[in-house]
Amino acid sequence: MTQSPAPSPVDGVEPAARASGLTKLYGAGEAAVRALDHVSVDFLRGEFTAVMGPSGSGKSTLMHCLAALDTVTEGDVVIGGTSLAGMSDKALTTLRRDQVGFVFQSFNLVPTLTARENILLPLAIAGREPDETWYDTVITAVGLADRLDHRPAELSGGQQQRVASARALVSRPSIVFADEPTGNLDSVASAEVLSFLRRSVDEFDQTVVMVTHDPLAAAYTDRVIFLADGRVVDELRHPTSDSVLARMAAIQSEAMSAPPAAPEG
Amino acid sequence: MLRVTWRNLFARKLRLLLSAFAIVLGVAFVAGSLVFTDTIDRAFDDIVSGSVSDVTVRFDGATTDENGGLIPDARSMPASLVDELAAQPGVARADGTVEGVGLFVIDSDGKLVGGQGAPTLAFNYNDAPSITGEPAVTVVEGEEPQGRDEVLLDERTAENAGYEVGDTVRMVTAGTVPELEAELVGIAEFGGGGLAGASLVLFDTPTAQQIFLGGSDVFDSIALTAEPGVSQDGLAASAEQVLPDGIEAATGDVVAAETEELVGTVLDFLNIFLLIFAAVALVVGTFLIINTFSILVAQRSRELALLRALGASRRQVTRSVLLEALVIGVVGSTLGLVLGFGLAIALRTLFGNFGLDLSGTPLVFQWTTGAIGYAVGIVVTLIAAYLPARRASRIAPVAAMRDDIALPESSLRRRMIVGVALTLLGAGMMAAGLVGEGNTGASMVGIGVLGVLLGVALMSPVLGRPVLQGLGAAYRAVFGTVGTLARENTLRNPRRTAATASALMIGLALVTTMSVLGASINKSIEVAVQEEFTTDYLVSSPTFQPFSTGIAERIRDIDGVGEVVQQQSLGSEIDGDGSFINAADGGAVAEVYDIPVVTGTLDVRRGGIAVSEQKADSLGVAVGDTVTLTFPAGDQEAEVQGVYEQSNILNDALVPLSTLAAAQIPRQDSVVSVNAAEGTSPDELGTALDDVVADLPIVTVQNQEDFTEAQRASVNTLLYLIYALLGLAIVIAVLGIVNTLALSVIERTREVGLLRAVGLSRRQLRRMVRLEAIAIAVLGAVLGIVMGLVFGVVLQQALADQGITDLAVPIWQLVLFVVVAAVVGVLAAVLPARRAAKLDVLRAITTE
Repeated sequence: MTQSPAPSPVDGVEPAARASGLTKLYGAGEAAVRALDHVSVDFLRGEFTAVMGPSGSGKSTLMHCLAALDTVTEGDVVIGGTSLAGMSDKALTTLRRDQVGFVFQSFNLVPTLTARENILLPLAIAGREPDETWYDTVITAVGLADRLDHRPAELSGGQQQRVASARALVSRPSIVFADEPTGNLDSVASAEVLSFLRRSVDEFDQTVVMVTHDPLAAAYTDRVIFLADGRVVDELRHPTSDSVLARMAAIQSEAMSAPPAAPEG
Repeated sequence: MLRVTWRNLFARKLRLLLSAFAIVLGVAFVAGSLVFTDTIDRAFDDIVSGSVSDVTVRFDGATTDENGGLIPDARSMPASLVDELAAQPGVARADGTVEGVGLFVIDSDGKLVGGQGAPTLAFNYNDAPSITGEPAVTVVEGEEPQGRDEVLLDERTAENAGYEVGDTVRMVTAGTVPELEAELVGIAEFGGGGLAGASLVLFDTPTAQQIFLGGSDVFDSIALTAEPGVSQDGLAASAEQVLPDGIEAATGDVVAAETEELVGTVLDFLNIFLLIFAAVALVVGTFLIINTFSILVAQRSRELALLRALGASRRQVTRSVLLEALVIGVVGSTLGLVLGFGLAIALRTLFGNFGLDLSGTPLVFQWTTGAIGYAVGIVVTLIAAYLPARRASRIAPVAAMRDDIALPESSLRRRMIVGVALTLLGAGMMAAGLVGEGNTGASMVGIGVLGVLLGVALMSPVLGRPVLQGLGAAYRAVFGTVGTLARENTLRNPRRTAATASALMIGLALVTTMSVLGASINKSIEVAVQEEFTTDYLVSSPTFQPFSTGIAERIRDIDGVGEVVQQQSLGSEIDGDGSFINAADGGAVAEVYDIPVVTGTLDVRRGGIAVSEQKADSLGVAVGDTVTLTFPAGDQEAEVQGVYEQSNILNDALVPLSTLAAAQIPRQDSVVSVNAAEGTSPDELGTALDDVVADLPIVTVQNQEDFTEAQRASVNTLLYLIYALLGLAIVIAVLGIVNTLALSVIERTREVGLLRAVGLSRRQLRRMVRLEAIAIAVLGAVLGIVMGLVFGVVLQQALADQGITDLAVPIWQLVLFVVVAAVVGVLAAVLPARRAAKLDVLRAITTE
């Protein structure tokens, strides 16, 4: 199931997020590190995508750039039809608030606020009223209706991540980014969180991009993008944990045996 | 371990400086006070040793009242005694001294030189040496004064007054002739160096006798100089042989010791006054340090746990934290000592403006000042750091491996119990102190206040909750989510919020106490003046020095003047009890003033006395009893002829003017009250009075309004001085808020990052920090004002019989304090808020 890197968008469908020619340099001159090297990738609406790759492959950097958390050296990011190039910090803040949802590996919630307040935080910051039906739908789906008045410290790790996921979805963002959302969780809690993200794509037509290095987590997604040395090196549709594992092993050995792959076309 | 400590210190230079700043200010105040008072002490030592002769022949009996005020004494010794003493064996020379009291130089603009500050010393000029062997006074320019129309001044006085040799100097005296003019024939230099702002006026002996002693050839005292090889004691013994009863020979050492004791009393008072503010600054600083260390320890808990896991003992962890504190203490104390020196210079300038000119004396920096400064700074820092350090050692080693670490904290309940106990203890001390007398009472009140302040500070996490919740509700309503976040931040760590607010609370509690007391004093004055100030005009001296009775004589000559009542006030003892008495024509007093008489009459006859009700009670005397009055020249018996209600005009007692004559006290006026005659309007009289006193800057003419205003102004001046000194504590408290917020922001870096990531704008973030700061500041202000109100009311009640009869609460001023506190909060938040807003979102989220 070998595909060419840098998949092209499906004709006529506007992607939820698009990176084109994305390059990110850290440092300057001789010491510069090329974290991303002309990455172009589309994330389609209603799709659950995993970004995988060895440590240092640039997967987190890619996500941060896509999510308007980090600036790019070259290239452009488009989210929900808006180009991020040249946007002010204020505009980026507004875009994050209204168009992007986040789930981080840990420390996702404001400890002083209850679960409900945390879920409603982006809306409250924007001064918007939640869409009642949508809110109820998300709350029901996340399965924490009876824990909403608890503070993060009173919730389990899995519950906290589900609250974070609910928060990411409640403002109906164009796209949700999850950075190793199950990195700190046991298998049962991981399954809960991943099932919730899966449902949000299947039932609520959301778009989710998840960085992970766990093949089991990747198996929940529709599509896996593999990064190595700041480039997209492979892509896998309808992954299973075995196929992901095999592909990763292949990339790993390729990297060990040969110098970095030739630049993509 | 030592290396870890050093690394920590250098990694946190800014934080170190902020915490040290509290110590710097506290130590600076301690050192500044000590340096300043030591300098005054040195200046007066020089004056004393430069002016005291080997032996002084003087009348025995106290010449000062218990407050150090000079009691005028009209006794004199004949010139023949000088000759007799000069002939005694061992006496090298004997010089009669005339000491003039109540003389002032008027400068070329017609204003009084000196006045409220250092005194004017008028003497007969001679070249008698002091115990240093040098003449007490030397003429450095021009020549010695000779005759009625010649005078010498010291250089500084001549310069300040704008006189040069050859000019005509104008002077006012308290003697029968109110005014005097003489040519400045020379400039005198005082042997002891500087004069601490005092003015020196020298006449030749006959002129001095003419002005101060009614013209007879007599002296106030006689200075003896010993022949070589004769000791002071030997000289005194030799002199005693020819001295009549009532006159003693005091050695130079004795006189010097007496003077130094007197100066010491005043200096002690000044020292204590200044050190109280140093103590306030240090107590407030302690909160700042406790808080800083608590937060630092909390932030470093994982690191400390790692140290424990690597095998560091509890003691080593505690010690490493205490070592940090020690370094802060040493650095802070050193800077504080340097700043204290600057503060002493500032104090010298400040007091110079009030007439205490010390420019002739270099600042005295004794090693004890350094030792005390370091001891205070280091001990306070160590005490403040001890609790956080001990808590640090309780961190379990396993915490190093855990993600979220909660430091073990003592329960709020135990804190409450200790707080309540301290508050009650403090309140008890205050109550006991208020009932008690004198210095012990005052220091008990002080300790009690400190106890209550600390007790309430301990309870403040609980007491402050309703305030914070009330504010939080308002925040939520006005600022929505940002308000909620700010509210939750203030409630998240009640100890930290409360400790930060406590520093401000203490400062504001004291400011409020003073403002309530000040307002009450002003109101009491106003009420008393309205009740008692029943005459049209009051002539008095702004220097509180008695003035010549000649002024009253001139006033009587004005057309349209009605009653004129002359009063002379002086300190004395009634049956051994220190009292402030007034001598006046009692009948006239009763006529112009509306003073309710309890029993007997105010119109006391020769040998009689009327006393205030309070004094009568404390002495246990009633009309018909006989009391003993103590004067320098001897005791006088007096029959109690009347008891009157407490009065600011008559103070403790009223005696007829004839008593003064009997006690050989020179007749001078302290207050003259003047009424307009029928047919003359008070305004017309006022204009006429102003004309008469225009040439006599020693007195002012005031009607009821002027008088109240003048009293109020002097109360307010003192109040503003105290506010300024307490401002120091407020500055430290503000630094505390800055420090806490800055550390909180660092501590919550990830949270800030998260909030920014989910869409909180920089502006909203800054507002959140600002609201948190305002909440802390307002909490401190509200708690402080409530406490200050309680203190103020209690003190007013306790001092009601001391003249603070009416309570006044300056509500708008208190409201202003809260508003100012909120503004202070906004200012304190500027840097931490900017810092929070500057955090890079990505880095904040990924930070450890």
